[in-house]
Amino acid sequence: MLLEVTDLRVTLHTARGLVDALRGVSFSMRRGDTLGLIGESGCGKSLTALALMGLLPEGARVSGSIRFDGQALATLDEDAMCALRGARIGMIFQEPMTALNPLHTIGRQIAEPLRLHRGLGAAAARAEALRLLQRVQLPQASKRLDAYPHQMSGGQRQRVVIAIALACGPDLLIADEPTTALDVTVQREVLELIAELVAEDGMGLLLISHDLGVMAETVQHLLVMYGGTVVESGPTEAVFQRLAHPYTRGLFAARPRLGLPRGTRLATIPGRVPELADLPAGCPFAERCPLAVDVCRQAVPAPMAVGPRHEVRCVRFDALPQPSR
Amino acid sequence: MSAPLLQVRDLAKHYRLPREKLLSPPPRVQALAGVSFELAAGRSLGVVGESGSGKSTLARLIMALEAPSAGQVLLDGQDLHALSPAALRAAREKLQMVFQDPYGSLDPRRTVLHTVAEPLRMLEGAAPAEQRERAAEALDVVGLGLDALGKYPHEFSGGQRQRIAIARALITRPRLIVADEPVSALDVSVQAQVLNLMQDLQDKFGLAMLFISHDLAVVDMVCDEVIVLYQGRIVERGAPATLFSQAAHPYTRALLGAVPRLGPGTRTRRAPQPAAGVAQASADKGCAFAARCPLAHARCLAERPMLRAWVGGHAAACHLAEQVAATPDGGELSALAQNV
Repeated sequence: MLLEVTDLRVTLHTARGLVDALRGVSFSMRRGDTLGLIGESGCGKSLTALALMGLLPEGARVSGSIRFDGQALATLDEDAMCALRGARIGMIFQEPMTALNPLHTIGRQIAEPLRLHRGLGAAAARAEALRLLQRVQLPQASKRLDAYPHQMSGGQRQRVVIAIALACGPDLLIADEPTTALDVTVQREVLELIAELVAEDGMGLLLISHDLGVMAETVQHLLVMYGGTVVESGPTEAVFQRLAHPYTRGLFAARPRLGLPRGTRLATIPGRVPELADLPAGCPFAERCPLAVDVCRQAVPAPMAVGPRHEVRCVRFDALPQPSR
Repeated sequence: MSAPLLQVRDLAKHYRLPREKLLSPPPRVQALAGVSFELAAGRSLGVVGESGSGKSTLARLIMALEAPSAGQVLLDGQDLHALSPAALRAAREKLQMVFQDPYGSLDPRRTVLHTVAEPLRMLEGAAPAEQRERAAEALDVVGLGLDALGKYPHEFSGGQRQRIAIARALITRPRLIVADEPVSALDVSVQAQVLNLMQDLQDKFGLAMLFISHDLAVVDMVCDEVIVLYQGRIVERGAPATLFSQAAHPYTRALLGAVPRLGPGTRTRRAPQPAAGVAQASADKGCAFAARCPLAHARCLAERPMLRAWVGGHAAACHLAEQVAATPDGGELSALAQNV
């Protein structure tokens, strides 16, 4: 196993006291797997990525285990974690504008992990940076080495961020909403680039997104998160076919899609995404769920298998009709 | 039939960029290059396009937040950019705006009452009692209770904040609302609520709406007509049902083809690559999309295609519009290219 996350729990200090931000997240990936974390703001998807990178905010309490290539990350000290981060785990952030340092040339920023982790000299690092820029298909790469981030478009900057993430040939690539800030045509190019690179290098891809369409096209396996919990997980096609959790179903129905006649009312999920501090003891979705009964509010439902590698945390699964479409 | 509520005529705007060389004139960027359309009362017009297409510049010019380099914006027949400051102030009651980011568009230090009633105070000089009454009314319309009046923005979620922003836009009883990406910062489940609300309000108050979005599906659902902008020009216009099912401009096709979709057999396919050997058309002649277009040929570089209308108000600015429109949805445009 490349990555094995077992019962990961994270408690954060906030202005409203201690809150349980992740409540037992488990999943595993092999090399070459593509896994998606989908959910709305505050569901814990980005926090999961930060936990993997050892970048949780100060004072966060973590329990459960994260094993990367057989090694428990909790046992690593900061130096060992630094050696891992950027070298064996690469990360692509959402905002290509803020992820890059405006004061340094992009050549220097791509060379940084190469010099730090691979100990390359200045000339070798520059040559390698050029190769990486060509690999992420940046037009006129050799001229761009000495350019600054503000001289590039959003899509070009995101290619640079991807080049940095790939610099040391990571085994796992984490991409947190890599295309949310981009135009739809550029999004398509960037997603295809990521998919190609992942397939070529055989690394694992952990993709975080709120976009169901992006997930459907990019990942093999999907985790649907809500309120710090994985409410449904399974092969992407099976999840979209069965929509086995009322929340997955609500998300699916609420999505505007092409071809709806003018004036269509979208199905909505009543209420709002709860704040972490306000999460109930039981199923986090119970307050907004049309099927909720008393037992839902008592404890977080245990995962239940509904198909091969397909699990759902819902005690009312039997009451959920087959999806109509 | 009376004149349309909003008429935009040959609207253009260029911005001066910082000077690159000491002695040469500063470069200019043409954000809008001659855009014309009309919007009737109670109708909604969608504006789609990538960043840099001129969507937000268009919104700012219609709101009279900036002056155009050329062209007119007529609201009820009055040219907003030719009005005296006092007359413009009076006209502003008729047009209001909803912004993209509900976190940035509400003052964190002001109560909801102060924020929502601000247009009344500024434009009508309404008394405090009337401000309160009409703010409560506007909040009620967007589904927020009276207790919201005394609260501050941080006490609300993103969706609720956008409702507050909509209430602020409604309070002067405008006839036109310009909404610039009003739901793109919201979570999917909340986005649906706000979209439904905006449609309800439009029907209820007969509002005209200019709805700017990069999300084609959202525009498809809420708009009577759609214009597609590319580099400051309208490249296609039509009712969403026709425009999205028989897109006649290769750029609209590219936008549609890039939307990630659900369902079997949707694994990624290469985005269309520009035809080899076609140079970028120069700024003042030729088609701006030629460099990215799989169908570009000699004529596209020499002659800018005009916006041509045919059936049912559907119009496109492409020399090959008829052939593109006749290509089935998802069909390969490159097949067409061989016959050009």
